[in-house]
Amino acid sequence: MTRDLPVRDIAVVAFAQTDHRRTSEELSEVEMLMPVLHDVLAQTGLKTADIGFTCSGSSDYLAGRAFSFTLALDGVGAWPPISESHVEMDGAWALYEAWTKLLTGDADTALVYSYGKSSPGPLRDVLTRQLDPYCVAPLWPDSVALAALQAQALIDAGDTDEPALAAVAARSRADATANSHAQLRGSVPQGEYAVRPLRTGDCPPIGDGAAAVILAAGERARELCDRPAWIRGIDHRIEAHGLGVRDLTDSPSTRLAAEKAGSFERPVDTAELHAPFTSQEVVLRKALKLDAGVRVNPSGGALAANPVMAAGLIRIGEAAARIHRGESDRALAHATSGPCLQQNLVAVLEGDPR
Amino acid sequence: MPEVLKAPLVVEFPFTRSLGPVQSAFLTGLRERVVLAVRTSDGRTLVPPVEYDPVTAEEIRDLVEVAPTGTVTTWAWNHAPRRDQPLGTPFAWVLVRLDGADTALLHALDAPGPDAVHTGMRVRVRWAEERTGAITDIACFERYEGSPDGGDPAEPTGHTGEFDDPVTGIVARARLEYTYSPGRAQTAYINALADRRNVGERCPSCRKVYVPPRGACPTCGVATSEQVEVGPRGTVTTFCIVNIKAAHTANLDIEVPYVYAHIALDGADLALHARIGGIPYDQVRMGLRVEPVWTEGARYPDHYRPTGEPDADYDTYKELV
Repeated sequence: MTRDLPVRDIAVVAFAQTDHRRTSEELSEVEMLMPVLHDVLAQTGLKTADIGFTCSGSSDYLAGRAFSFTLALDGVGAWPPISESHVEMDGAWALYEAWTKLLTGDADTALVYSYGKSSPGPLRDVLTRQLDPYCVAPLWPDSVALAALQAQALIDAGDTDEPALAAVAARSRADATANSHAQLRGSVPQGEYAVRPLRTGDCPPIGDGAAAVILAAGERARELCDRPAWIRGIDHRIEAHGLGVRDLTDSPSTRLAAEKAGSFERPVDTAELHAPFTSQEVVLRKALKLDAGVRVNPSGGALAANPVMAAGLIRIGEAAARIHRGESDRALAHATSGPCLQQNLVAVLEGDPR
Repeated sequence: MPEVLKAPLVVEFPFTRSLGPVQSAFLTGLRERVVLAVRTSDGRTLVPPVEYDPVTAEEIRDLVEVAPTGTVTTWAWNHAPRRDQPLGTPFAWVLVRLDGADTALLHALDAPGPDAVHTGMRVRVRWAEERTGAITDIACFERYEGSPDGGDPAEPTGHTGEFDDPVTGIVARARLEYTYSPGRAQTAYINALADRRNVGERCPSCRKVYVPPRGACPTCGVATSEQVEVGPRGTVTTFCIVNIKAAHTANLDIEVPYVYAHIALDGADLALHARIGGIPYDQVRMGLRVEPVWTEGARYPDHYRPTGEPDADYDTYKELV
């Protein structure tokens, strides 16, 4: 397989995240976000004025607060006017936009951040508003219900069963004991059915949180970070919005994004998968052809902390941080958006040889 | 830390959506108890129908009727229905592939319990008694064992999708209920305001005083924390004359035209905005000196009125315009 490699080497050079909590009601969005912005700037020694491009991801629907992303910009220090953009998507897609901006050569550094305050609203219902407004949204199928339909399809296909799903949950929260930012860690009961076949333990915690990443190109990356996490490929793909059109047991969009990102050229040692529900890890492992040798979600993944709009960016950040620390040489990071893994982004990150 | 302020916040909107030819036929069909699909050029039959082929993006318009009976392709038992979901009693979410279709439709299945539901089970549409041309014209699905007399009343009649009185739009209502909390800086501001004090916050870097404070200096990108009482008097930096009566119930008593102004409170480095009263609207001017007017028991000023002082010199507030 031949693949056009990026024309510039671009790396994740810093990552920070908040502690993710059930509620952050004592903080506004910018108050929640600002510490992680300061954290990534401090890690690199950069100031706002040094950043070539800023891109963020968030959704006003979560907290019910109009134009919250413009208020969040106060935490950046956007005056005099900075080069800036926003996506109403997970921050992983903001990172994708920033990556393309750096590829053009218009900027050498980028600040990417995202945040989500789900605590003020009824998240399961809020997420129904992203669905087809004619035939689906009027039924208010909540996010757990849609994931449960996918889980049952996987069970019917023989791809998993309830004990296997419980094992994914247990492994994720056990791994999260090493992650001080995680919301749900250690021994968590599998609990009663939320929407059968999914139990509460199969579902992500609902919470508030933020994350930030700094990207840098070429030599600038080496100046800012001892071991940059080079983005060897990144791609995102979307599937039909109709749930009944898709094969819910598979994720061709993930597989294609992974192929375009170069994931299948050489094995990865680590994969940070954005699988908010246990059953979705089953789908992703299959689509990404991850074997038992790959360390999956050492952070605990989205089952340990799932701040909506930030959880995907956190996967990229966690994968990069492992490369920064020398715990990984080649890692895959995945982010998802929409119901039942509708849209998927895959990035492949590498550290310089040691 | 003082107690966190909280208040209910309802976000409610009725989106009026036009339908286009395919969705119009589909939803009109439901009103008439006919389920229509769309056929792609390679022969697949899609329900719910779409206007463009999900694979080729080709525009598709070939409507065909499918049966109101079908097969469950996957399901999930919802023991605790949520507001606005199709049934108020426990039910199964289902994807149903209707007979004659190649794709599945999402809806609810009325069943006594999860043991009565399985993938592959046969179901049929239960029509809503009152139908308007909406997906909810299907009340839900129910178990279907076939007609006892051998004939199948559910057989499609070959409807073409042409209707005398098609629906052309839907109103998609949404209501989301939040509990809003304004965060540390604004909580402190609102609490002080209830004591009839305007308390802003100073940026530790550029020393500007922001009121209302948002918790961050938008120029420096750092947290503000030093509290500074400003006002109560201030200067109108700019204003507009409002000629449209407020629609919000809280403001129905305000007669138009009235003046809405930016006011730089003494000691503040950012203007806040408020209504100006106690002066004819056409006499309000830049530089007018004003003070807040509090009504009994209110947690914030009702409006600002002239103090009677001489107008402020332009140079004293030009940076805040």
